Order: sequence, then C-alpha cells, then structure tokens
Amino acid sequence: MDTKVDALPLGRRDAFLAVLQEWLTTVDHKKIGTLYIASAFVYLLVGGVFALVMRLQLSTARASLLGPDAYNQLFTMHGTTMIFMVVMPFGAGLGNYLVPLMIGARDMAFPRLNALSLWTLLAGGLVMYGGFFAGGLFSGGWTGYTPLTTVNYSPGYGVDLWILGILILGVSSTAASINFIVTIFNMRAPGMTLSRIPLFTWSILVMAFMIVFALTALSVAVILLLFDRQFGTHFFDPAAGGSALLWQHLFWFFGHPEVYIMILPFFGAISEILPVFSRKPIFGYEFIAYSSLAIGAIGFLVWAHHMFAVGSTLATNTFFMVMSMIIAVPTGVKIFNWLATLWGGSLDFKTPLYFALGFLGQFVIGGITGVVLAAVPVDWQVHDTYYIVGHFHYVLFGGGAFALFAGIYYWWPKLTGRLLDEGLGKLHFWLFFIGFNLTFFPMHILGLLGMPRRVYTYAPGQDWEIWNILATVGSFIIAAGTLVFVWNAYKTFREGEEAGDDPWEGNTLEWATSSPPPAYNFAQIPEVHSRRPLWDERYRVKEQAQDG
Amino acid sequence: MRSFASRWWVIVAIAAVFLALMFPAAVFAQPPSPLSPATSSARDILQLHNIIMGIAVVIFVIVEGLLIYSIIRFRRRDEAEVPRQIYGSVPVEIAWTVAPAIVVVILMILTFRTMRTAAQPPSAAQNPLNVQVVGHQWWWEFRYPDQGIVTANELHVPVGRPTSFQIESADVVHSFWVPQLAGKVDAMPGRRTWISFTVDEPGTYQGQCAEFCGAQHANMRFLVIAQPESAFQVWAEQQTAGPVEVTGDLAQRGREAFFQSACVGCHAIQGTNAQGKTGPDLTHVGSRRTIAAGLLENTPENMARWIENPQEIKPGNQMPNLDLSQAQIDALVAYLQSLK
Ligand code: HEC
Ligand SMILES: [Cu+2]
Repeated sequence: MDTKVDALPLGRRDAFLAVLQEWLTTVDHKKIGTLYIASAFVYLLVGGVFALVMRLQLSTARASLLGPDAYNQLFTMHGTTMIFMVVMPFGAGLGNYLVPLMIGARDMAFPRLNALSLWTLLAGGLVMYGGFFAGGLFSGGWTGYTPLTTVNYSPGYGVDLWILGILILGVSSTAASINFIVTIFNMRAPGMTLSRIPLFTWSILVMAFMIVFALTALSVAVILLLFDRQFGTHFFDPAAGGSALLWQHLFWFFGHPEVYIMILPFFGAISEILPVFSRKPIFGYEFIAYSSLAIGAIGFLVWAHHMFAVGSTLATNTFFMVMSMIIAVPTGVKIFNWLATLWGGSLDFKTPLYFALGFLGQFVIGGITGVVLAAVPVDWQVHDTYYIVGHFHYVLFGGGAFALFAGIYYWWPKLTGRLLDEGLGKLHFWLFFIGFNLTFFPMHILGLLGMPRRVYTYAPGQDWEIWNILATVGSFIIAAGTLVFVWNAYKTFREGEEAGDDPWEGNTLEWATSSPPPAYNFAQIPEVHSRRPLWDERYRVKEQAQDG
Repeated sequence: MRSFASRWWVIVAIAAVFLALMFPAAVFAQPPSPLSPATSSARDILQLHNIIMGIAVVIFVIVEGLLIYSIIRFRRRDEAEVPRQIYGSVPVEIAWTVAPAIVVVILMILTFRTMRTAAQPPSAAQNPLNVQVVGHQWWWEFRYPDQGIVTANELHVPVGRPTSFQIESADVVHSFWVPQLAGKVDAMPGRRTWISFTVDEPGTYQGQCAEFCGAQHANMRFLVIAQPESAFQVWAEQQTAGPVEVTGDLAQRGREAFFQSACVGCHAIQGTNAQGKTGPDLTHVGSRRTIAAGLLENTPENMARWIENPQEIKPGNQMPNLDLSQAQIDALVAYLQSLK
C-alpha cells in the first residue's frame, strides 16, 4: 500500500518527500491514471480561463480588452490545450486507471512505458507553453494551417515549440496506445473473453488503434513544417513548388479521427454508467461495440469534409459528403441503444446519471448539426463561422465534457474512497446544463447570421451583440459550475462519506476491490463468467445464456 | 429522488425560450446573414438547409422526446425493484440502423442535386463578367481583366448577369465569402479556385474573409455593390479613366508629398510611377465607400486618422506608421480624396 509512509517514524518533511518520491517514480497504473486526470484538470482550468477572457472580449462589438495578438494566442492555445492536454489525457487517464481493474489485471502490460507516457505528456505540455517565454505562444489556430504557420508569416519560436510539443505528445499517446492494446489483448482475467470486456475497455481499444494510425499523419505534418521553418525545405511553399493544401490533407487525416479519439472513451463511460443507474444490462452490447469499430474505420474516410471550401471537384466533395453522412448511422445506433438501455429501467437519479443524460440530450444536437454540415453547400455557408464552434462544442463539451463529469462522479469514490456530495453535484449539473446551452446554442444562430469564427472583434449593427452577450453570460455560469465542483471535491476529500467498495451497485470488476484499490488491485484474480460479474454475484445469477 | 422528474419542465422551458428566440432571428435575419439570400445560388443553399433542418427537427424531437419520457416514466420508485433484464434485440437493431440509413440516403441525394447546380459554370451566351479576386493580408484586391480595372475592398457587379470569380491569394489562405450571395470559397496561394453567381436585386452586400489568416483576419471585409447594368457601366468607365487632374493648392501639395514619400513603394496610382503592390491600388480611392478593408467609412477625417496611425486603427496590418506631420497628412488626404 502506498500510504504506509505515514506510519514510518519520519519527520513531516521526510514523510512529504517520501510521498512525493512515491508519486514521481510510480509505475502503478492507478497513480499514473490519477496524475493524468489531475494534470488534465489543471489544464482544463487554464483553457477555461482563456475561454472566459475571450468571451469577455466578444461580449460587445469593438471591445478593447484584447488586441489581435493576445486574442489569437488565446484561441489557439484554448483549442490546443483542450484537445491535447485535457480531453485526450482525461480519456487516457481514465483508461489507465480503469482498464486493468476492469479486465482483472494487476497493472498495465508495460508499467514503465506507462510512466514514460505520463511524463512525456507533461513535458509536451510545458514545451508548448514555453513559447510564452520565447516571444509569444503559438497563434496560428490549433489547426496550424500553412502557409500562415511558415516562417514568413509566423517568425516566432511559439510555432516551433508548438511543433515540438505536438511531437512529444505524439510519443506519449502512441506509447500509451500500444500499452492499452497489449494490455487488453494479453492481460485479461480468466473468462474475460473479448466479447465480455466492459464497453469502456472496448472503446479504449478502438481509440488506441485510431491513435496509432492517425497520429502518424500529424507527426509527419509537423515534422515537414519544422523542416520548412528551420532547414529551408519547401513542402508547404507554393512559390517553390510545394503545396499549401498538403498540410490540410495531412492535418485532417489526423484531425477528424481525432474527434472520435477524443469522444470514444466517453462513449465508453456512458455505456458503463447507464446500465448501472437503470439496473439493466446495456442494450445491444455487440451493436455498440461494432458501431465503435465502424466509427473507427469510417472515421478515416471523412477528413476532407473540413475542406469543402478549398475548391475540390464535384466527385471529391461527393465522396466525402457520402462518407460523412454514413458515419452518422453508427453514431445514431449508439444513441438508440443507450435510450433502449434506459427504457423500462429503474432509473436512480444520482449525479453521474444526471451528467450522462445531459450528455445524451446535448450530444444529439451536435450529431444532428454534424449531418447538416456534411451537406456540402450548407457547409459552404456555415463553414468557419460560429455555427461550427457551436457544433463542435455540442460534441466535445455537451457530449465529451458532460460524459467526462459523469465519469468523474461515477468513479471518484473508487479513486478516493469517498463519495462526492450529491447536492453540490446536482447544483454543478444544473449550472453546467444551463450555462452550456446558453453559451453554445446562440453560436449556431451567430453562424447563421454570418459571424465568422476566430475573429477578435466585430463591427456593430449586424444583430450579433445579443447572442454574444448570452454566450458570455453562459460561459460564466459554466465557470461557477466548475467552482462548485472544485469545492465539492475539496470538501468531500477531507470529510466526505466513506464510499465502500461498491457504492453504486456496479457491474464491472473495478467495484469488486476496495476503494481505493490496493497496489496489486485484486488479492486473487477473479474468474469471470459473464459481462456483469458483480451483478451475477449480487443477484446470484447463474451464467446468462445471452450474456456472452 | 423526485427532483429531476419534477424539474424536467426546466428543460422544456429552456428549449421553448431558445426556439422562441431563434425563430425571429431566422425570420428577420439582417444582412450579412445567409438567411436573407439575394442570388439563386444562395437561395438554393438556404432551401437545402431548411429541408435538412426540417428533418433534423423531427429527429431531434423524437430522440429528446424518448429521453424525457424515459426520465419521467422510468424513475426508480422502489429501492428493491429489479426491472426486466433485456439484453438487446436484433430486429430492433436492424430497424434503427436501416431507418437512419434511409434518411441519410435521401439527404445525400438532395445535397448532391444542389452541389451539381453549383458546379455549373455560366455559359458564354450569358456573357459573364470576369473578376479576379486576390486575397492579401488583410485586404482584398479585385481585378476586372476585360475592363482593365483594379480596385480594392469594393466589388461592383451588374444585376441580372452572372459574375465569374477567379480566386487566388498573394500570401496565406483566405476565404472569399459574401453570405447573402453564395457560399465561401478559399483563396489559396498557388491554386486558383472559382465561383460564380448572378445577383438579382440591386443592393450593397457585406463580404468578409472567412479563413483565419493572421492578426487582422477580423477586419478583412469588403462590400459588393450590385447595380443595374447601366449604372455598372458608368462605374466601370469612371474606374478605367486615368487619375483625375489634381486641382487646388492643398491637393497639389499632397500629390508632391505622396510621390516624395514611402507611399509609392507600396501603393499604385495608374498612369504615374507609383506602382507598389503591397497595398491597395489608390487610383480611384476617393470613389470608394470604405478604407482599410471595410473598417472605416471613407471620409477625409477617417483617412487622416488612418494615414497618421494605421497601426493603432488596425494593429498588425502591413502599413507602417510613417510619422508624417499634420500638414503633410492634410495635404495627402486632400489629394487622395480627389482621386474619384
Ligand atoms: C509598407 C507598405 C505601405 C506604405 C509605405 C504605405 N502603405 Fe498605405 N497601405 C498599405 C497596406 C498593406 C494597406 C492595406 C491595409 C489594410 O487594409 O490592411 C494600406 C492602405 C492604405 C489606404 C487605404 C486604402 C483602402 O482602400 O483601404 C490608404 C489611403 C493608404 N494606405 C495611404 C497611404 C499613404 C498616403 C502612404 C504614404 C504616406 C502609405 N499608404 C504608405 C501599405 C503601405
Ligand atoms: Cu483573410
């Protein structure tokens, strides 16, 4: 056990150093997962503050809080941070903590590689932010379009540090993914066949494969850009025979799968939480699993829907339109299966369920506007407007972050041994729900009213002010919700109710051990006979015929 | 655990408020909204959008309805209750895979039809007006090769005759967008893109750069002025005439100041040895409605403010502060304003 240091006859300072050393040198997947999540949370606060400052600037026409330079750094780093330092690490952190527990293993397959992933992640983030001390953070948008990011138009070192940061993060994610793949294929407890692994684990598996393939394209793109910037090559320089468009293809070949990479772990979390709080098995396990696979595969064939305005041929645009619409089908299948899981259930309205239902209701909107955007001519109008900003925040915040908090409230007792306060949790939910919709729904209207994205200022008299004010007010309600969560975490961490091993009547193996689990996870590796080992034990069910 | 169930009306109320707010926004959409189209291309897109939105709203209502119904109906009423354990159903799965697939195929067909129309270039018989669009950080250059016109940030097009745009960029990626007239097309360095539309109503339409292109992306706007054919011809003739004779003392001095200072290195005035290419062509700058890519109305006061301190008005733009005296500025403004 890790906290033994307290009992040793050491001074307070020595005890502190011992704990610090324990955490800094750990190869325990739970500690590593916790550090991933903690780091993601810190960056969430950073990226969130950036967003608030931007919202203040945009709350009125021609505001003078920020100049273009500061604003462009903020929106670029907001996107980069939320994607690479918050959502992805959160998924990876949750995966790290839970996958070995869920499949009945004692640790990840490669514990040291796991530690490497964590520390390279932290290093990558710091390198990216190093631009702050080297003449300014990267300000070319998280998409880094060339030739704006080439040395002629962005001479600062912020770009180079961003590139290096991305490369380092690429090492981190690739190592983590290989670790997940090997762990899930090789470390499962007896009886835990691939068709019995929890759906969360299943989605981590698909995510890991997607990362391995997609990140390659991003790494290639940023390496070429670095060569252009530092060693005089001309990959992206049309004047010397290069192609500015090449970047967009490489970037989006990564960038679209990235969306699914980010959201899949949270789909997985939802597939765990809904059954527990409705006391029913997940509806259509196989279909949810296969739809993840389908999304993973088709996700690599839709990238140019981010490029409908570059003047491609009718045939090219048609292909990507068709694929982008097809991918809505497996996503729809998931939504219907989740609804069917609730149907006829016995819903226990605890905070995790609140957030999970918020996810469902809001993600649907992001999914629907996604189909609207796949209609090429409509995209020609709303592309690069606030409509897009509204759309992807419905996917990644209304969907992703709500599912993320569903996961936090659900697994917090396992991580800490304490329950979060339900009242504060629900307050947090309602602040998030109202604040989120108030912030991001008006953005669709702004887009339809012609407001482009990534502008630091706008002219009055275009009917944009009112929607911007609503969005700004909403963003501060979201901030209040976040503070409520921080308070809740702080308060219950100190004096919260003991959770016990299994506060929610969970189904999966992580609830079969203590909270927090011992370093070795299970005194005895459990033997698995179904998809819901704990349910069977609770209700003394013999192996279910249908249950894998 | 009544709380959620008894508060579900909150969701409904919020949704209702949003719909109520959105409805007038859509109906009374002001320029520059794509919701008030003035060409058949923009109208086709709006129509496609409205059809898809109609289908989307139906799907939205069904899904959210099922969700809200489940929230109310399936609340746990008894701590010990264990609902029937249903693991899935293949027929049901097939049904809800096939149904969305059919909807999606319908959307594909509708979308493809609009795409195909948009891909048709105008025929020679329609006598299209050719315009070259060049995006610059952070202003727009418009060239009319057949008429020999070069201007900036202000497009004039005839009503009822197609205009065909060849779009390119002098530096980074920009995107040419006039929401009421057509969808956007990127302006890429080293590539030429194309779009065409016919404006049917005389009027002034707001355009803007839609692809993030650096510091002043927000202030890279332009106007499209659609005029009846005769008025367009008058404008074209005025633009092709050489620069006007300078009259008046102040303007004379301004002319001298212009040709003695750095201005000529960046700006062109046709028929003179000012042939700079970094900034907008100023041959007829006095006839334009705005300066600095739609940022300022073109008045003598604004032009004086601009020449005095362009970096304060549009931070980061490519025209430096030139530390001119007030007298020089007044003279320059008098000269430039006379260039109608
Ligand atoms: C280093 C190049 C450079 C120099 C020198 C320069 N300009 Fe400019 N000027 C520009 C650029 C670039 C713009 C467009 C700025 C924008 O809108 O982003 C511009 C815009 C203008 C405009 C507004 C034109 C329009 O249609 O929007 C005027 C007027 C103008 N300059 C006048 C002058 C005068 C007078 C001088 C000399 C005293 C001068 N400029 C010197 C680059 C230059
Ligand atoms: Cu631009």
